[in-house]
Amino acid sequence: MSVPPARRRATAEPAWLRHLLLAVGLGFLFFFLLLPLLAVFAEAFAAGGRAYLEALQDHDARSAITLTLLVAVLVLPLNICFGVAAAWAIAKFEFRGKSLLITLIDLPFAVSPVVVGLVFLLIFGAQGLFGPWLAANDIKVVFALPAIVLVTMFITLPFVARELIPLMQAQGREEEEAAVSLGASGWQMFRRVTLPNIRWGLLYGVILANARAMGEFGAVSVVSGHIRGETNTLPLHVEILYNEYNAVGAFASASVLALLALVTLVAKTVVEWRLRREVRMLSTALPSEHN
Amino acid sequence: MRPLFGPGRLLPGFRLSLGCAVLYLSLIVLLPLSGLVFKASQLSLAAFWDIASGERALASYRVTFGASLLAASINAVFGLIVAWVLVRYSFPGKRVIDALVDLPFALPTAVAGITLATLYAGNGWIGRYLEPLGLKIAFAPPGIVVALTFIGLPFVVRTLQPVIEDIEPEVEEAAASLGASRLQTFVRVLWPALLPALLTGFTLAFSRSIGEYGSVIFIAGNMPLISEITPLLIISKLEQYDVVGATALAVVMLLISFVMLFVVNGLQWWAATRHGTGAADGAPR
Repeated sequence: MSVPPARRRATAEPAWLRHLLLAVGLGFLFFFLLLPLLAVFAEAFAAGGRAYLEALQDHDARSAITLTLLVAVLVLPLNICFGVAAAWAIAKFEFRGKSLLITLIDLPFAVSPVVVGLVFLLIFGAQGLFGPWLAANDIKVVFALPAIVLVTMFITLPFVARELIPLMQAQGREEEEAAVSLGASGWQMFRRVTLPNIRWGLLYGVILANARAMGEFGAVSVVSGHIRGETNTLPLHVEILYNEYNAVGAFASASVLALLALVTLVAKTVVEWRLRREVRMLSTALPSEHN
Repeated sequence: MRPLFGPGRLLPGFRLSLGCAVLYLSLIVLLPLSGLVFKASQLSLAAFWDIASGERALASYRVTFGASLLAASINAVFGLIVAWVLVRYSFPGKRVIDALVDLPFALPTAVAGITLATLYAGNGWIGRYLEPLGLKIAFAPPGIVVALTFIGLPFVVRTLQPVIEDIEPEVEEAAASLGASRLQTFVRVLWPALLPALLTGFTLAFSRSIGEYGSVIFIAGNMPLISEITPLLIISKLEQYDVVGATALAVVMLLISFVMLFVVNGLQWWAATRHGTGAADGAPR
């Protein structure tokens, strides 16, 4: 990329091959990414703007949007606390079983969402381990908000931690050690030194976790019970309308989620750009100079 | 670091942060998963084997693995080209297109599912040109491959991009100045450097595809023995109140997840030791 044009020629593909690769690569992206994205909005507006707005003002659609937002609001703070705590322990200290812990943090990415849903059904469901006790005490977990929150916590667990661990490892311990040796309390050190250093990495992780929390389908579909207006998240609402052959309604709700995905991509790109700049400053400047 | 102090000796919060992290991980992930294993252990081995190797289960493994393998292979080929084009060439709109590669991570799977089904259906934007040629994609096994290709695309591209960026131009220049053709340079110099990352991306896409549910069920047609994936079979067993059957299949899938996690870790370790800071940093989520 940074190679001057004169030097590049010797190590570049011939022009015909370059054009062929460009055509194949961009053609593939056109058919597999751009066309689906356009199709969501085309289908949503297929019956005109009024039908679109009416579909979104439907009572069930609105309660699905509210529930989706509520789940994200409940899950993300816990996810942030876990991610920061795990990254702090892993990046700043040495202990036995560290690589096992890192692998276990990745585990939720490897497990099928359907299996995740089933796991919580087996524990809290009517025939599950705690099922009889929960029923006797009249506590609803499965087919209600608590189970939806629990599976979403499982699914989104790795996002913040995975983003922060390499970042905090790269930043080292010197700044925090300086703060502590100058008499800062643990909380002061965290608020004044650590948090400003990791804020972009943290935001990046939160953006990804949020997209997944709001969009999760498989795991939530197993434990939600699909009660309209009550335990339907937006992705489940999309499914129900689609299976009822209500294409405009399904794609109207889908377009809200697609819009969320686009916002996620823009936010992610901006934060990525800030993050790269900070990491570059970190690798070129002395650690003390980059505040 | 400064060995004089011992790593992190000065810093506070080790016990607190590790304690919180392990507690959260145990409560949310490890204990629930062991609940699954506990439930399955109440089955006799023969009964477990009976369910796990039933006709419908075997067919669902074939569909799931076959489609995942095919989709990951398609992604390996086209993902390599896309990553190469995005790193090496300049063209208008490149940054937007680069950002768009992450769309499958950001777009909820149910949205991807209904959209792809609509596109490839007989009257859809793409399906209407393929159906007259005798190519039925939506509501047939090829539809599963299309959905899984969509889901897996970013894994290959995002794993390869940092590796292609890191290739020193001097290496290619040296090969060229020693008289190697562009093809020879690619086969002898670039390919060995790219291979670990390509395999890692392939494996990440493959392992994500095996567990995928949301995007597939809308486009697959879901015919038992023909286009029924294993996660869907678990759901349909649940809907028939066959919790034991669902549990047995879930354990099979969980075992596969562990194997895939192990393989990915091994590949990333291989990539990292072979090429300094290798693909491990760039691996997408």
